[in-house]
Amino acid sequence: MYTRAVAITGVNPLPSAAISQSRGYWMGVLVKMSRDPIAIVSAIMLLLIIGAAVFAPLLAPADLYKGSMLQRLLPIGSASNLLGTDELGRDMVTRLMYGGRLSLLMGVIPVACAFVIGTSIGLIAGYIGGWVNMVTMRVLDVFYAFPSVLLAVAVAGALGPGMSNSLIALALVFIPQVVRIAESVTTQVRQLDYVEAARMSGASTLSIIRVHVLGNVLGPVFVYTTGLLSVSMILGSGLSFLGLGVKPPEPEWGLMLNTLRSAIFRNPWVAALPGVFIFLTSIAFNLLADSLRSAMDIRK
Amino acid sequence: MLSYIFTRLLLTIPIALGVTLVTFMLVYIAPGDPLNAIAPADAPVEVIDALKAAYGLDQPVPVQYGRWLLRAVKGDLGRSIASGREVAVEVGSAVSNTLLLASVAGFFGVAMGCILGALAGYWHGGVVDRGATVLSVIGVSVPHYWLGLVLTIVFSTWLGWFPAMGAGPGGSADWQFDFAHLRHLVLPALTLSVIPLGIITRTVRVLVSDMLEQEFVIALRARGLSNRSIFRHVAKNAAPTILAVSGLQIGYLMGGSILVETVFAWPGTGFLLNTAIFQRDIPLLQGTILVLCMFFVGLNLLVDIMQSLIDPRIARG
Amino acid sequence: MNVMESKIGSPNQSLDIGGPAQPLLVVRNLRKFFPVRGGPFESTNKFVHAVDDISFSVAKGTTLGVVGESGCGKSTTARLIAKLVQPDDGTIIFDGEGVDEFGGIELKTFRRQLQMVFQDSFASLNPRLTIIDTIAYGPRVHGVSKDEALTRARNLLTRVSLDPDQFGFRYPHELSGGQRQRINIARALAFEPRMVILDEAVAALDKSVQAQVLNLLQELKAEHQLTYLFISHDLHVVHYMCDEVMVMYLGQIVETGPVDTIYRRAAHPYTRALLSAVPSMDPANRTHQPPLAGDPPNPINPAPGCRFRDRCPYAESVCTARSPRLLQSVASKAPDTHRVACHMSNMQSGHSLATNASQA
Repeated sequence: MYTRAVAITGVNPLPSAAISQSRGYWMGVLVKMSRDPIAIVSAIMLLLIIGAAVFAPLLAPADLYKGSMLQRLLPIGSASNLLGTDELGRDMVTRLMYGGRLSLLMGVIPVACAFVIGTSIGLIAGYIGGWVNMVTMRVLDVFYAFPSVLLAVAVAGALGPGMSNSLIALALVFIPQVVRIAESVTTQVRQLDYVEAARMSGASTLSIIRVHVLGNVLGPVFVYTTGLLSVSMILGSGLSFLGLGVKPPEPEWGLMLNTLRSAIFRNPWVAALPGVFIFLTSIAFNLLADSLRSAMDIRK
Repeated sequence: MLSYIFTRLLLTIPIALGVTLVTFMLVYIAPGDPLNAIAPADAPVEVIDALKAAYGLDQPVPVQYGRWLLRAVKGDLGRSIASGREVAVEVGSAVSNTLLLASVAGFFGVAMGCILGALAGYWHGGVVDRGATVLSVIGVSVPHYWLGLVLTIVFSTWLGWFPAMGAGPGGSADWQFDFAHLRHLVLPALTLSVIPLGIITRTVRVLVSDMLEQEFVIALRARGLSNRSIFRHVAKNAAPTILAVSGLQIGYLMGGSILVETVFAWPGTGFLLNTAIFQRDIPLLQGTILVLCMFFVGLNLLVDIMQSLIDPRIARG
Repeated sequence: MNVMESKIGSPNQSLDIGGPAQPLLVVRNLRKFFPVRGGPFESTNKFVHAVDDISFSVAKGTTLGVVGESGCGKSTTARLIAKLVQPDDGTIIFDGEGVDEFGGIELKTFRRQLQMVFQDSFASLNPRLTIIDTIAYGPRVHGVSKDEALTRARNLLTRVSLDPDQFGFRYPHELSGGQRQRINIARALAFEPRMVILDEAVAALDKSVQAQVLNLLQELKAEHQLTYLFISHDLHVVHYMCDEVMVMYLGQIVETGPVDTIYRRAAHPYTRALLSAVPSMDPANRTHQPPLAGDPPNPINPAPGCRFRDRCPYAESVCTARSPRLLQSVASKAPDTHRVACHMSNMQSGHSLATNASQA
């Protein structure tokens, strides 16, 4: 709370006694979420998955790339490999842990980019209004006219296989969506009296946006963006599944689903395993995003 | 009312043009020369030049765009590089397959979603509500291509009830409403329907529960209206939103079926797109994307117009 | 509670240019029309005449009340003066100088001298900022140091009867309407302005809270030698607060004058109707007829002539033919300051009742 006051006005509040404690807005939201059991479970699950991915070099039991054809498609629960082996005999636990890294990145990076870029564009278009707004929104309407999967596949397909190309394609799909909501919220906020009061203070446009508009726009936009995390991950893994994203021999959950496909007759459990993790991570993201949304809703 | 429709139509044209532009330009953001797909790298210069002229690649880009667009409007989408057949023909047959899949999946998903959502909204907080919530979360969280694989494993490999791939015994050539063909439709349609199911359930649930708490419903009940009449009232009020979301979902299914079609080798536009990308078959790629997007744009327009017809506030606002 | 005017900041005597006789605000021929849009492809020639050629002035240290029905243009006028909206025509002169034009005051300087308190106390405050941050923001924009701004904010909070230690770090949603409005007033004062526009500032408050806030406003006005533009639809409040009153109807001024003159001897039929609609404490003083008949006319592209004629019991053909101009009322006891835009008060208008104006 003191840091908020410092951050905004750059002022150190007088250290007089008994200043009543007032929770910052985000603290209140976090507290509310911490009381939601579903959110807690999702958060734990997510932390485990992220932890396994991040610490993969330390925790992985086997080599990532070497596999023995004699050991291919061992079932789950084998003595040597806890979760079995893939079609080239590589240990599944290792592949899954490392695969998680790229899959999670496929989820987080495009959304983070879209958040930053989309909010900036939306803020400017929403605050300035007029023809700048119109032109921006019309151009984005064109991208909005593509169904997201199609756009992602088309752009990734055009750019060629490779993870960075897929990340670009995904960001391109999400930026218009974020801009749309950021512009809408900014336009609403801009008409509120406190923004008019800020204009009456003689402050520069930049100061007004930074102090008064940005904070009130970030909330709804952030909530919306968290909902995109699971979509991005599923879509990104989907691109790899099609052969457009991560290239072999790098592990990635979607790609693994593709390469293990031919094995569904021989060892269906292992073949389905990477998808289980996509599913679990996606559910965790969605449940957390839902919890965040309700925590912010009632407060308003 | 008519002016609203007219205005919407007018606004759609520049967007549609923009879409065609983006579709066309997609090819040019690709690394490498589009020519590489057509001719081998070591072909003699005259052959390359001849091919260039044949495909119109020797003209400046805006001219190429213009010519492509003009031909497309007339229905000529060029020839597939890989197969040599006309793109329009290939896309045409693929579109009908995808349309079939998307419609069935969409209808099923929307219908189930409405029912589940309505029940959940009515018995707010009850078991049905919880179940529907779980189902809708699963619906939006599950990677549908993985679900397709799982369903294939369960129903095809283990139980043997349904075939794993393809559209029918004779391939995609002709499709009939007979049992053999329908068997092929079940798994892909079921897989695809999960997406709209999740979203519609959630939407309807929120709508119905919100509406039932609104004052006008309490007023209706106080006047002694039966539950069925109240249900009709609620349905009428919820219809525009549900319609809009459903319409968009079906459009999304058309465009987003590529993953499911790949899993089941369903000979639709998604599958075609896949092929076109890996063969770098540019005319086919452009043609397929163009047709799919026009579908989507047209569907959006239709949804908007229908919404404004049902809910007159939209046209005024 | 001590009056801390010396600590908050000395009044802007140093900024006074024209002296006490110079009106602080002069408005001439102000116009603002809003286009009514058809579809995006229809060019429009339909305009809402929100503010249509108004001229008035506000003397230093006085309070000018602006009254009228909803939609008469009061708030638009306020926003035009505050330079939140650009006028289509007309001039605004502040203490003898133009604003944000060649040879005039800079806009940023002007913003220090003219502040506004809005009607919606909640929407006027940034929900993300603490109270003290909100108040301190203004001075900081104008270059006041952080410590000084904070001190000023604390002193202002104390002045509006809010303990800074208890309330300073609260957020707007944690306070009541009356408290928020007092904060809005404190925020306006943080600039050390010379003029404050109060746009329905107490309309949303309970009566008892209104009284507190109004008294506070009176005290502050005396302490800081402020000039007020007080917009309201509540005639009791206007009578209490204002030295002069301006009555607006459909974007035009229909009557203006000292508050007692208007309240006792209103000349314009609209003003009379408004005043007669005010409930009285005296049970014997009942209203027997509805004061106004008919509907207000369409503000879009209004017809020529007097805009009130459709509802005026004294309307005649001359009222349709020509618009009445805002002229001094000869019959009034205070002819210099009492102006009416009505043919009945203008001996040369040709209205049948014009010659009887002295008995009005």
